[in-house]
Amino acid sequence: MINNIRLHRGLDIPLNGDAQQKIWKTIVPDVIAVKPTDFENVMPKLLVNEGDVVKAGQFVFTDKYRPEIGFSAPCSGKVKSIVRGEKRKLLAVEITPDSTFDYVNFDAVKDIEKTSREDLVKKLLDSGLWASIIQRPYGIIANPNDTPKAIVISAFNSAPLAANINFTMKDEIENMQIGVNALAKFTRGRIYINLSAKDYAASPLYKLKGVEKTCFEGPHPAGNVGVQIHHLCPIGKGEVVWTIKPMMLAAIGKLFKTGIYDLSRLVAITGSRAENRSYVKCIPGISMHSIQEAVGNKEEKIYGEEVGIRYISGNVLDGENVGPDGYLGFYDDQITLISEGNYREMFGWAKVLRPKKFSFSHTYLSFLAPRKKYNADTNLNGGVRPFVVTGLYEKVVPMDIYPVYLLKAILAEDIDKMEQLGIYEVIGEDLALCEYVCPSKINVQEIVEKGINLMIKEMA
Amino acid sequence: MNRILKYIDKIKPKYSKGGKFGWLHSTFEAFESFASVPATVTKSRTQIRDCVDLKRVMITVVVALLPPLFFGMWNTGDQHSIAFGLDWSFWMKVWFGFYKILPLILVSYIVGLGIEFASAQIRGHEVNEGYLVTGLLIPMIMPIDVPLWILALAVIFAVIFGKEVFGGTGMNIWNPALLARAFVFFAYPSEITGDTIWIEGLTKPEAGLHIVDGFSGATPLAQASSGMPTPSFLQMFIGNIPGSFGETSTIAILIGAIILICAGVASWKIMVSGVAGALGIGLLVNAFAAPGTYAAVPAVYHLVMGGFAFGIVYMATDPVSSCQTEVGKWIYGFLIGAFCITLRLFNPGYREGMMLSILMFNTMAPLIDYLVMRPNINRRMKRAVAAVNEESKTE
Repeated sequence: MINNIRLHRGLDIPLNGDAQQKIWKTIVPDVIAVKPTDFENVMPKLLVNEGDVVKAGQFVFTDKYRPEIGFSAPCSGKVKSIVRGEKRKLLAVEITPDSTFDYVNFDAVKDIEKTSREDLVKKLLDSGLWASIIQRPYGIIANPNDTPKAIVISAFNSAPLAANINFTMKDEIENMQIGVNALAKFTRGRIYINLSAKDYAASPLYKLKGVEKTCFEGPHPAGNVGVQIHHLCPIGKGEVVWTIKPMMLAAIGKLFKTGIYDLSRLVAITGSRAENRSYVKCIPGISMHSIQEAVGNKEEKIYGEEVGIRYISGNVLDGENVGPDGYLGFYDDQITLISEGNYREMFGWAKVLRPKKFSFSHTYLSFLAPRKKYNADTNLNGGVRPFVVTGLYEKVVPMDIYPVYLLKAILAEDIDKMEQLGIYEVIGEDLALCEYVCPSKINVQEIVEKGINLMIKEMA
Repeated sequence: MNRILKYIDKIKPKYSKGGKFGWLHSTFEAFESFASVPATVTKSRTQIRDCVDLKRVMITVVVALLPPLFFGMWNTGDQHSIAFGLDWSFWMKVWFGFYKILPLILVSYIVGLGIEFASAQIRGHEVNEGYLVTGLLIPMIMPIDVPLWILALAVIFAVIFGKEVFGGTGMNIWNPALLARAFVFFAYPSEITGDTIWIEGLTKPEAGLHIVDGFSGATPLAQASSGMPTPSFLQMFIGNIPGSFGETSTIAILIGAIILICAGVASWKIMVSGVAGALGIGLLVNAFAAPGTYAAVPAVYHLVMGGFAFGIVYMATDPVSSCQTEVGKWIYGFLIGAFCITLRLFNPGYREGMMLSILMFNTMAPLIDYLVMRPNINRRMKRAVAAVNEESKTE
């Protein structure tokens, strides 16, 4: 009997644009980007020059402050260009892939049981796959010298339109098992696999052995690993829990099985502006141009204004707006295409009904049509104001936390208060829904990020 | 419709920073965003936003205030016609009330919004919508005969000292509308007390009008506290009794409460626990009261007399000045109700307890929240200590 944890608070935003469960094609990229901006709290130190030839699994840059952690090219090819932004900030290393996939050979591990922890860690570090292990608190890349009190893996996405892990990981059971066996060496505690209560038996992760399985039930963010940790093994001061996404677990398995750095994955193309909504097989760093056939080419007008398309790597709640020339992020298995919201709606706020818009609040009547789905757009739907409405954030945060007070402590830069109110237990994505529902349009994730950066600086 | 937007676009450069009227950009922005939801798009990681904004929240409260507002108009006319023995039709009474309340609402909005716009302008902020509600609440909790200059002063005091000195909307400690009422109450006691102020024209009857013999104009609360019989429960529940403009009709206020609760704008927890607190103290005192005394007035009567219903529905639930934790809201509401009835029963100098009770617990709200959050913080801190101990054991 699997332990079942039921969460009541949260919100599933009803959006149009789910991906069909079929593989549309394998993307053969003409350019691949490795982006330092995908990794939180990393200061990149570039290791390659334009024109260099790299293999898949070879470092492109490392973290200046933790040089043992490197970031590898996911494919072999020639470094096409190094993209820098303001103040010469490194934004991306673009690689032109060659036709043959040349991998660095890291040697397969025959018997994980007999291999020491140090050897496994070294292999992960050398290959660049260490970056796939994220630690809590802070949601940054784990420290190889830590021994986490547990490793927690969420086996389902609850975010809007998210990729279905039951589908994307169904052929990866063996690889994931190898990954789990390896991770078991890293922790004193348990490895938790958290399944969706709806269809846990169908999950490929349900078949994994040597793990503690728990079912989570309820609306988003029930699938967020931060929320799950809060209910399974809450993080106190000085404690560390590691997390990893199932597809990264499979990549670790592949590394130990075959000795290569292989990040290929199934990525869901979703959103109301996508036409061919299905899955593509690709590696991270593919350009948005390579999915151009899936982008709707119909022009769309909202209230007389022509609206463009926003390209999001990830989901609508915590993805990154990468733009039409951007690239798929390292940790992402979803691309969302929605309309931009650069239109004006006359007296929108005063309308009795706004049938095309969803609202969590009952001040509009969308709650009377619970099955209706909506086309999302990026309009802010109002002006930025101070905190006024109370009790709203709590309705979408299924944790024993007072979000508004935590945010205020962060704004006041009060380290003690932040600790007391649970800064160690959240990262931006866990409070993304607060930002979504906020009538004052406060940038909640930005505030949380600021708090985390402050903690990292103060605690170092 | 589009013509308005086009016109706004046309004059926009003039009112933007650097333009001829650039110093008016906050004012311009306020009118622009009033006419249409702006075309701003999200910039942070949350790429989409709910379509609710503060304007919608505030307009919902204004809508919820309409039932007592309309009832107040009729009641003003009705009370006036009773006091002077006039035989007026329904619509004449409504028209009379409308004619009397309009100047108060206009003064409240013009003075209050004027200060709001000016201070937003000075700070370079966007203009906040909070005053849309406050500006309507203030006339509704005043006696209809309040002189306009006193009203204007009260509004100035409430907006500047109740709100702007703390940093504007969202930062205030006390409910600004109640602060306006308290200001009038304490600063102009002679103009604003007595039994005759609640009915239009009763203090200084116009020429040609004669007060009906034996008519006092006292509110039911005043009657009860001086040992006189009150109107029936039903009459007080419906609300055709003397009192402040918007507070008399419990039934109209209940309709407003239903709107607020359905829309999720005001906390039902505060309302329910407020009623519970009032009934609790009321019934307790009833149990020990000698028959026929003020203390023996049934507890439920207190719910429909005076400003209790209006206060607990519209004022105590103000999200900014009330408790912010959900457990805190239960405590806060209960204490307001209980304290209000205590004041009414045991303070002979002051018959209406609601205003002071709410202001009192506005002040206490952060303390209540602090106490409510304490266990949460302690749980977390205990965990941290346990973790450290375990760490030292294994090492």
